[in-house]
Amino acid sequence: MQKHTISLLVDNEPGVLSRVAGLFSGRGFNIESLCVAETLDPAISRITLVTRGDDAIAEQINKQANKLINVIKVNDLTGTEYVEREMALIKVQAKADYRAEILRIVDIFRCNIVDVSPAHYTIEVTGTADKLAAILSLLRPMGVKEIARTGAIALGREKK
Amino acid sequence: MAVLKEEGVDTIFGFPGGAVIDLYDELGRTDIKHILVRHEQGAIHAADGYARAKSSVGVCLVTSGPGATNTVSGIASAYMDSIPVVVLTGQVPTALIGNDAFQEVDIVGITRPCTKHNYLVKRTDDLARVIKEAFHIARSGRPGPVLVDLPKDVVQGKAKYKPLPEPRMASYHPTYQPNLKQLHRAMALIKEAKKPVVFSGGGVILSGASKELTEFGKKLNAPVTASLMGLGSFPGSHPLWLGMLGMHGTYRANMAIGECDLLIGIGVRFDDRVTGKVAAFAPNARIIHIDIDPTSISKNIPVTIPIVGDCKVSLKALNRLLNEEKVKFTKKARKPWLDQIQKWQDTKPLRYEQKDSIKPQYVIERLYELTKGKAIITTEVGQNQMWAAQYYHFDHPNCFITSGGLGCMGFGLPAAIGAQMACPDRLVVDVAGDGSIQMNIQELATAVQYGLPVKVVILNNRYLGMVRQWQELFYKKKYMATDIEHAPDFSRLAEAYGALGLKATKPEEVDSVLKEGLKSPGPAMMDFWVAREEGVYPMVPAGAALTEMLLV
Repeated sequence: MQKHTISLLVDNEPGVLSRVAGLFSGRGFNIESLCVAETLDPAISRITLVTRGDDAIAEQINKQANKLINVIKVNDLTGTEYVEREMALIKVQAKADYRAEILRIVDIFRCNIVDVSPAHYTIEVTGTADKLAAILSLLRPMGVKEIARTGAIALGREKK
Repeated sequence: MAVLKEEGVDTIFGFPGGAVIDLYDELGRTDIKHILVRHEQGAIHAADGYARAKSSVGVCLVTSGPGATNTVSGIASAYMDSIPVVVLTGQVPTALIGNDAFQEVDIVGITRPCTKHNYLVKRTDDLARVIKEAFHIARSGRPGPVLVDLPKDVVQGKAKYKPLPEPRMASYHPTYQPNLKQLHRAMALIKEAKKPVVFSGGGVILSGASKELTEFGKKLNAPVTASLMGLGSFPGSHPLWLGMLGMHGTYRANMAIGECDLLIGIGVRFDDRVTGKVAAFAPNARIIHIDIDPTSISKNIPVTIPIVGDCKVSLKALNRLLNEEKVKFTKKARKPWLDQIQKWQDTKPLRYEQKDSIKPQYVIERLYELTKGKAIITTEVGQNQMWAAQYYHFDHPNCFITSGGLGCMGFGLPAAIGAQMACPDRLVVDVAGDGSIQMNIQELATAVQYGLPVKVVILNNRYLGMVRQWQELFYKKKYMATDIEHAPDFSRLAEAYGALGLKATKPEEVDSVLKEGLKSPGPAMMDFWVAREEGVYPMVPAGAALTEMLLV
């Protein structure tokens, strides 16, 4: 089951997200992650969603999404050149023994510490899903208290 | 109202209520006819029947809350069968939306997965544009139901109406023109094929392509079959006609699918009732699939040549190519294939034995003879529907009106009312079962009120017959919850409603009852007590290959 990152341009109207989400649940397609925000044109939003399925399912997802009246454009980025990023906020326990180690990891992964308290750091990390998984595996032994992730956003690369 | 007129609306099926009282007040000032139904499900099915019989958009108007939810089955049915219907629902005033107000329901949310599109109008200024878009979306591309939710204050507000141009929507462009390259590739397969089958569906009827399809079938000298929804798209009395395909399709149609080397599906969606076991469907065939909706293509069955386009435009193009390239398929060249089909027909035709008790198939055959095949037939759902499909031979499109995809019991009578409104001069007959008819029997009052001479033929076996048949075949005859002997006397019930009620219990009474009912000037209900345990055959058990039919 291949991963597909699909970018949708949709009318920025109430109920549109529900139409897209309803299409996935109603037809038994799964959504691994989903991100929505306005584009430069306030009348249009971009939805980036990550799903899994074989070619036939991916084809149906593309066609079915295209069929929704409020969907303007569907672009399955999989198999094309594109950049993909995710962001996570990770609240990790920062006991005295680990503080230096955490800072080193933050440095290696080029993250930011966005909140500090006597016992915790909150780390902002941006990158691909693999990078996020890697830093998490390093931080987990120190005690991750909470995590919030955005899901992937993606854009196709321009020709060079 | 001005937009409705502009869109050519002359009839609305509806039921009033608090949230739409203003609309009704205004409706009374126009010359649009309003048909007051007795249950909102009746209104939506009637609008559906109207749309199919007239090949135009049906309109239904109901109030908020329960008025709206009562239309949901009908909307889902219209969606599955791609029928253009605009449903106008009342809604509580915008200020109250979300407050759990009296008769408030989020009908836009509820119907999102079963409409082609839906709207909640928030400003009076948007009203005209939205209604215009609703009609545009309902009738164009692959048609379907569109719901417009109208809050009371939006309808009460005043706005100046300026006639609007045809809507142009950035995100909605159905593809009508087929890709020429694909057509040429299709032609190459057509030329090679020794055993082609043409398979026509509801899309052919919806796009008004029956003439083109018939021409195509004749040019190819190829046998033609159809889904339930496609009946009437090819003349049922033509020698190339195979009969219906699928679970209750004819032996020769299903065998032909098993044997063919080329299957040309036009305006079909390869539904599970048609394909049976997918892996064993048309195993030797390359498949050409023409449909206006790209999602229908390669959804259930992988196809060799997909062609996205309008059925009529595509068939015209194919017919033109056949003419240009002077490709001819003579009777002689097709003889082995057509002979094989004839052999299947001769060995296993549709059949039944008319003995002591009335056979339901006999009633439909007599109905076909007595109406000379010219009636508009609506059906309920179940055995009655299948017998009507098998034994009434449709020569013309838009004459067989049935809830195909959703299989919505209670569809036939209100759909007949809608069809009768659309075609006042035609004979409209609802073929019903005793189970289904009771789901919307209240609409008999509507028919009587408006003097609509619809005829109801009840094939009364005192069972929920189709489920009983499954129980007989697959559940060791354990008839759990399918015996419905407790039913009203339909002929007397009809009389109580003010319609003509008739009853036949013996085979020799069938003709006289049919004749009397059909020639009566008003609505008539004919109750035929048929053999209780008669089954619909052939039958392909769910999940089996098409060629593994149970026969009588």
